[in-house]
Amino acid sequence: MPGLEDLYREIILDHYRSPRNRGELPPPAAHAVGHNPLCGDEIEVYLDVQDGVVHDIKVGGQGCSISQSSASMMSQAVKGKTIDEVRALVHRFKSMMSIEELDDADPSVEVKLGDLEALQGVVKFPVRIKCAVLSWNTLTEALEQAGA
Amino acid sequence: MALDVAAIRAEFPILAREIDGHPLVYLDSANTSQKPRAVIDAMVRCMEHSYAPINRSAYRLAAEATDAYEAARTAAKRFVNAPKAHELVFTKNATEALNLVATSWGRANLHRGDVVVLTQMEHHANIVPWHMLATEIGIELRWVPLTPDGQLDLASLPALLDGAKAFSFTAMSNVLGTITPVAELCRAAHDAGAIAIVDGCQYVPHNVTDVQAWDADFLAFSSHKLCGPSGIGVLWGREALLDAMPPFLGGGNMIADVRLDGFTTAELPAKFEAGTPPIIEAVGFGAAIEFLEGIGMTEIRRHEMQVAEYALRTLTERFGDDITIHGPTNVEQRGATFSFAFRGIHPHDLSQVLDQRNVCVRAGHHCAKPLMRILGAAATARASFYLYNDESEVDVLADTLDGASDIFGF
Repeated sequence: MPGLEDLYREIILDHYRSPRNRGELPPPAAHAVGHNPLCGDEIEVYLDVQDGVVHDIKVGGQGCSISQSSASMMSQAVKGKTIDEVRALVHRFKSMMSIEELDDADPSVEVKLGDLEALQGVVKFPVRIKCAVLSWNTLTEALEQAGA
Repeated sequence: MALDVAAIRAEFPILAREIDGHPLVYLDSANTSQKPRAVIDAMVRCMEHSYAPINRSAYRLAAEATDAYEAARTAAKRFVNAPKAHELVFTKNATEALNLVATSWGRANLHRGDVVVLTQMEHHANIVPWHMLATEIGIELRWVPLTPDGQLDLASLPALLDGAKAFSFTAMSNVLGTITPVAELCRAAHDAGAIAIVDGCQYVPHNVTDVQAWDADFLAFSSHKLCGPSGIGVLWGREALLDAMPPFLGGGNMIADVRLDGFTTAELPAKFEAGTPPIIEAVGFGAAIEFLEGIGMTEIRRHEMQVAEYALRTLTERFGDDITIHGPTNVEQRGATFSFAFRGIHPHDLSQVLDQRNVCVRAGHHCAKPLMRILGAAATARASFYLYNDESEVDVLADTLDGASDIFGF
């Protein structure tokens, strides 16, 4: 349907239909739940941090194509990364979503968005930005819980 | 006689609006309704011609403004067939009206362990104020369950009401469209010695309302859902109950006297109307009621039943098992508000796709999360129809839904 190509890119729909890293991790993995109070979407992030590195991540919950694909791509992007790299990625993603300024980013940490670039089109649909960012806020909360 | 929908639509300036060449298909009136020229003009005229403070100044302009404000109260009294105009309190909306009852009546009449009965299909506005009271004074909440087709399961009602002090329930579900048997529920409440509080926010804009025929004790509704402006609503209550209640908000207008050591309250309805009220909005609200009365609530209800019948038939015939429409299938038991699930596509995505054809539907939990949990859905899409919608818009909805499948490949 014309006008929606920028939003529903094929890679997004692929992650929506086949979400990566779906599931749960047992304690002592960190666990955070994020809600979108407006539409009822819910994201759960399980985070296993060892020696300052995201050893494993699992994602649960339910939501729209944007929130689910964002969570799926996020899980792929952060796995194996150091906490500093993850925080830099969160910042980079949120600035792509135009809710954080990029200026104060730490230039010493290299950040590659990879598949996540596909979510750039969401910015044109302001009401959907919160869908894309939900899993990232939940990830941040899980990082806090992991004491990272 | 059938409604002349084309003529009605011509009264609503916004319905002529197109976006990207697509006419507006506004199916979100359960959220908030559009405004006819008569309401817009009445509000503009108030501001241009007779705006002034009410209830407190001697000059003619102020008397005119006071008369216009009180005329809206008289219109609202007539609209719900209340016995007395001063039993209608203007609030910000139905939410504030329900908060007023829970706070003011609740604090004065409920004690630790007292029971308030609600239903599982309530809007948050008729849940959270009672939860707040439960936290504050320790009341017990009981819940009337639902049948599989989204009606109240009344089998357990007498047991639930046993010992209850209040029964607060919706007259029409904002999610399921279900119309509840209000008179029967009021009678059951009274038989148990409880008062009956009716959330009429969804019902009043679409049906003939008669609080005396219902034998209700309180009724809450909003202007913005019945073609009036946002910012004003009504709490109607029996005079004896309102008289016995402590005030809700304190301030100007609600007092008889204020001294350094205390205050006394004004008579009804001023007792519950602290501060300068929404004067312009009241004028628009009155105009909206007159507009609806001019068309006829019986006729509006009949029209919406026709559209509901057509929508149920069309969506079911075209999509079969691919669509799940929540709530009753008999239009006698429901309004023209449809929450649905479609081919596994998330409602937020559905709403996005529908927006490409300028079809406006709500996607989300509809401020009824307990009900959504019972339905097993985090969210649904909801199409709601009003007097200015017709069958052709059901067709546009169905055609556009079909297009949504192409994107998601289901």
